[in-house]
Amino acid sequence: MAIEVNGKSFETDEEGYLVNLSDWEPGVADVMAKEDDLELTEEHWDIINFLREYYEEYQIAPAVRVLTKAVGKKLGKEKGNSKYLYALFPYGPGKQACRFAGLPKPTGCI
Amino acid sequence: MAKANFDVPELKEYVDVPELVEGTMAHLSPFIAKPDHNIPLGFPGELVEDWHDKALEKLDDLRSRYRSLQVYLDACVKCGACTDKCHYYLSTKDPKNMPVGRQDLLRKVYRRYNTFAGKYFPWLVGAEDLTRETLDDWYSYYHQCSQCRRCSVFCPYGIDTAEISMAAREILDSVGYGQKYCNEIIAKVHEKGNNLGLPGPAILDTLEGLEEDVEEETGVVVKFPLDVKGADILLVTPSADFFAEPHVDGLIGYGKVFHEAGISWTLSTTASEAGNFGMFIGSYENMRKVAMRIRTAALELGVKRIVFGECGHAWRVAYAFLNTLAGPFDFLDPKYPVPQHICEFTYDLIQQGKLNFDKSANDDMTLTFHDSCNVARATRMGDKPGGQFDIPRAVIKAVCNNYVDMDHETIGEKTFCCGGGGGLLTDDLMEIRVKGALPRMTALQNAIKEEGVTHMAAICAICKSQFTKVLPYYGMDMDQIVSVHQLVSNAIILTGQNTDEDDADDESDGDE
Repeated sequence: MAIEVNGKSFETDEEGYLVNLSDWEPGVADVMAKEDDLELTEEHWDIINFLREYYEEYQIAPAVRVLTKAVGKKLGKEKGNSKYLYALFPYGPGKQACRFAGLPKPTGCI
Repeated sequence: MAKANFDVPELKEYVDVPELVEGTMAHLSPFIAKPDHNIPLGFPGELVEDWHDKALEKLDDLRSRYRSLQVYLDACVKCGACTDKCHYYLSTKDPKNMPVGRQDLLRKVYRRYNTFAGKYFPWLVGAEDLTRETLDDWYSYYHQCSQCRRCSVFCPYGIDTAEISMAAREILDSVGYGQKYCNEIIAKVHEKGNNLGLPGPAILDTLEGLEEDVEEETGVVVKFPLDVKGADILLVTPSADFFAEPHVDGLIGYGKVFHEAGISWTLSTTASEAGNFGMFIGSYENMRKVAMRIRTAALELGVKRIVFGECGHAWRVAYAFLNTLAGPFDFLDPKYPVPQHICEFTYDLIQQGKLNFDKSANDDMTLTFHDSCNVARATRMGDKPGGQFDIPRAVIKAVCNNYVDMDHETIGEKTFCCGGGGGLLTDDLMEIRVKGALPRMTALQNAIKEEGVTHMAAICAICKSQFTKVLPYYGMDMDQIVSVHQLVSNAIILTGQNTDEDDADDESDGDE
């Protein structure tokens, strides 16, 4: 499988995650979001950018609590919870947002 | 919630036993493992050319290794007692999701090649050749079994479909036809120490965050130690407890209980996972390798006790197999169970009166408890029969004022699986997960309507994740599933903790 972004083709796995994480560019998130019938807003980008920064440091997506805490600190406590994240990413922040951000899919009992 | 591309069953008052409809779930198979997932587990990278002979050889090997498998293949008399006991059959109508139907997928091949009647009169005894179609059926339907063992409770011979399902998966793995979800995860455990692939620094970062949160909430410094040599207790818990909700709220609860007990404890980077998916794929070698991490960590850290967090199948591996897989544990303190469940640990402290609770902290909820299949039917807690049912409930009742059980036909030994156990907790199997949750969702909805239940507690990471995903399909909220130790965490009063009374005293400027 593959997705087309700005005339370039990037390989994805059967679940739609980028195979080569270094392929990522912002257009990837836009195209993936469109396929999921989502329009990315600034709020979405705050999350996607945080995920990418965290991944760069720790080589793994942040735990949900780490993510909600960071969001709460940056955007206000009322947004620092899973409900807010699920409103932005209906398939789940861990999975949908990670896919948009070019991170590998979190696996395990989650 | 994601949109469903399948029909979500409608919740009614009862789950009726449906009429059979052939092949309703034949389309569903999980993603196939790739060489990267298979090779680290010791399996061929992809389906081997001589899969037919290799599969039959493996079946022979497993029959010679596991007497139980041989008995299960021979003993079935087609009495029908199991037919309506599987949550997947009840919700899909597919006869191959009946326990006996699922068993027969392997049994018919066994009979064809290994029994006198099957060799010479196969049409008389339901014996069939191993074809590519059968192999694909195995792949599909043995990944629609959550190995919950409910059917075995009702079988007069005690035939355990889970064990047949594990054997079938091991045969599939031995010919390079394994499941991506399980094998990718086991490969991560071998490499990183946990199912999620969390590196040490990420665990440390998460734990430091929890310490901050608890201090902010209570004013008490509660440590969540990692790799501390000389601690009394090694806590082994599912990596979902670091990562997901409501799991992490349970982890906070364990930390508070250890703190209040005044016992030193630690987590381990290398054994940062209680789960052992080696069991799901029936691979003794992988199960053993995963279990050995715990022994190694316990020895390196010099702990005296091992306590397991809220994880269903891990408790089965721990309770039933750990000693033979990774023992002897003669280096641990013999005064305590090896290993011990966190619910046993907390329950003991409650019995000794060492914990103080404000039960009203959970008054916004009316709780019920979902017995997780592996805990209910494959283990025990405490020193009395049925302790695995009584102890978690006793813990909940010690910290909550409002508790009711669901329909008694759906709890305890007869509990229905959450629908996502046994290596099925993956998005590519969402259809069977949602459908399989039907009996539990029905019982829960009845308890909500009749008893005013608002939340369901569980002690299994898979159950918690599964319900978080599945509840919304049935019109309920994802946060209606909670961890048992989340309830403990809400109610426990730590020594020196800020209380509402303190705040009130502050406001009134202290009149004593």
